[in-house]
Amino acid sequence: MTLRVENLTCWRGKQALFDRLSFTLEPKKLLLVEGSNGCGKTTLLKILAGLRPPTSGLVTWQQAPIDALAEQYKSHLKWLGHDNGMSRHLSVIENLRINANLFACKTKGVETVLHKIGLTPYRDTLVKQLSAGMKRRLALARLMLSRSSLWILDEPQTSLDKAGVALFESLTSEFLDQGGSVVIASHQPLGVATNYIQRLNLSACH
Amino acid sequence: MAHFSFFILMQREFKIASRSVQQFLLPISFFSLVVLLFPLGLNPSPQLLQTIAPGILWVAALLAILLSLDNLFREDYEDGFIELLVLSPRPLALLLAGKVAGQWLIIILPLLLIATLFGIFLGLPSHSLSTLLISLLIGTPCLMLIGAIAAALTVGLQQSSVLITLLLLPLYLPVLIFGSSAVQHASTGLSTNPQLYMLSSLLVLTLTLAPLAIAAAIKISLSQ
Repeated sequence: MTLRVENLTCWRGKQALFDRLSFTLEPKKLLLVEGSNGCGKTTLLKILAGLRPPTSGLVTWQQAPIDALAEQYKSHLKWLGHDNGMSRHLSVIENLRINANLFACKTKGVETVLHKIGLTPYRDTLVKQLSAGMKRRLALARLMLSRSSLWILDEPQTSLDKAGVALFESLTSEFLDQGGSVVIASHQPLGVATNYIQRLNLSACH
Repeated sequence: MAHFSFFILMQREFKIASRSVQQFLLPISFFSLVVLLFPLGLNPSPQLLQTIAPGILWVAALLAILLSLDNLFREDYEDGFIELLVLSPRPLALLLAGKVAGQWLIIILPLLLIATLFGIFLGLPSHSLSTLLISLLIGTPCLMLIGAIAAALTVGLQQSSVLITLLLLPLYLPVLIFGSSAVQHASTGLSTNPQLYMLSSLLVLTLTLAPLAIAAAIKISLSQ
C-alpha cells in the first residue's frame, strides 16, 4: 500500500510548477504539502489522484502505475477537493446515499456516519440550506463511508469551526492508526502526532 | 454491478428535477413558444401550416434540447460532483449514460405530449402524428447523446453555449433532415421506412459510442 512518486514534473505554460519531484508515502504516514498560493499544491494532488496527467514522471501504487490500475486504485482512494461534491438540490442523506452507491458500499452505514459527523439533526435538510462549514463536514463524512487506504485532501479544514477541525484531526489520526496514508495540502497547523507527519514544501522546488 | 451503475445517476436526475422545476420546464416552454410563434409570424393559412408543421416541430424540439445542454453538466462540475464520478470505481461511461438518459426522459415525456397537441393544432393529418411521435422518440436520444459529448467537452469553459452550438450544428443536421422528412412523407402518404431506418441506425451508433466519448470528454475537461 505504498504510494511512490518518481521524477514528477509539471509545467503550467512556460513555468515549471515542480521539477523532478520524488517521494514515497508509506502506510501510517501523512504527507503535508505546503507552499505559497499558486505553487501547484492542488495540481500535485490532482496528479496523485489520477485526475490529470503530469507533464512527465510516474505515480505508482503498490509498484504499479496508477493509470494501469484504474479501478483497483480508485477503490482504495478517497478524494476531497476544493468543492464538496454534494448536490445543492438534494438533502444531506440523499447525497450520502448516492456517494455510498458510487463507491459500492452498504447504504446502512450512512446513518452511523451521519451521527459521527454530527449532522443527524440536518438529515433531511437540503444542502443549499446548510452553512459552508456544515457542507464541509458533510464532505468529510464521505471519507468514512467505505474502507480505503489513501486519502487525498485539498485544504480539508476550510470553513470548519474549532470542533469541526478537532473532529477532522481525530478522524485522520484514527485512519492513520489503522494503516492508512494521507496526503493533505494545507496552510493551517495540523493537530496530528508529529511522528506520522512527513512534509513537502513545493515553494522550495523551483 | 455495472448494470446498477446506470440507474444511480438516473434516479438522482429525477430527484433533482423534482426539486428544481424551473430547470425542467425551460426546454418545454421554449419548445411551445417557438411552435406558437411561427403561425403568428407567417401567414396562418391551414395549408401552409400543414406543409411546414413537420419542420417546425422538429426544429423546435432540436432547439429545446440544445437549450438544455449548457446546464447538463454545469452544476455537477461546479459542485465538484464530476470529480467524484471520475474517481468512482464504477464505469464512468455507464454512470454518465444514466445521467443523460434521465435528462432525456425528463425532457422528452412532456415534449411528446405537447408535440402531439401542436401537431393537431397545425393540422397534421392523424396518420402522420404517429410518425411524428416515433421519429421524435428515435431522433431525440441521438440529439441528446451527441449534445452531451459537446457539453462534456466545454463544461470547463466560461462561455460554452456558443461553442456547443457551433460544434453541434453539423452533427445535428442528419437527424433533423431524416426526422422531419419522415413526418413529411407520412402526411403525403409515402412510405416512411427509409427515414426511420436511417434514424434507428443513427440511434444505435450513438447509443453504443456516445457514452464512451462523453466519458473521455469529461476526463479531458477535468484535466485542464
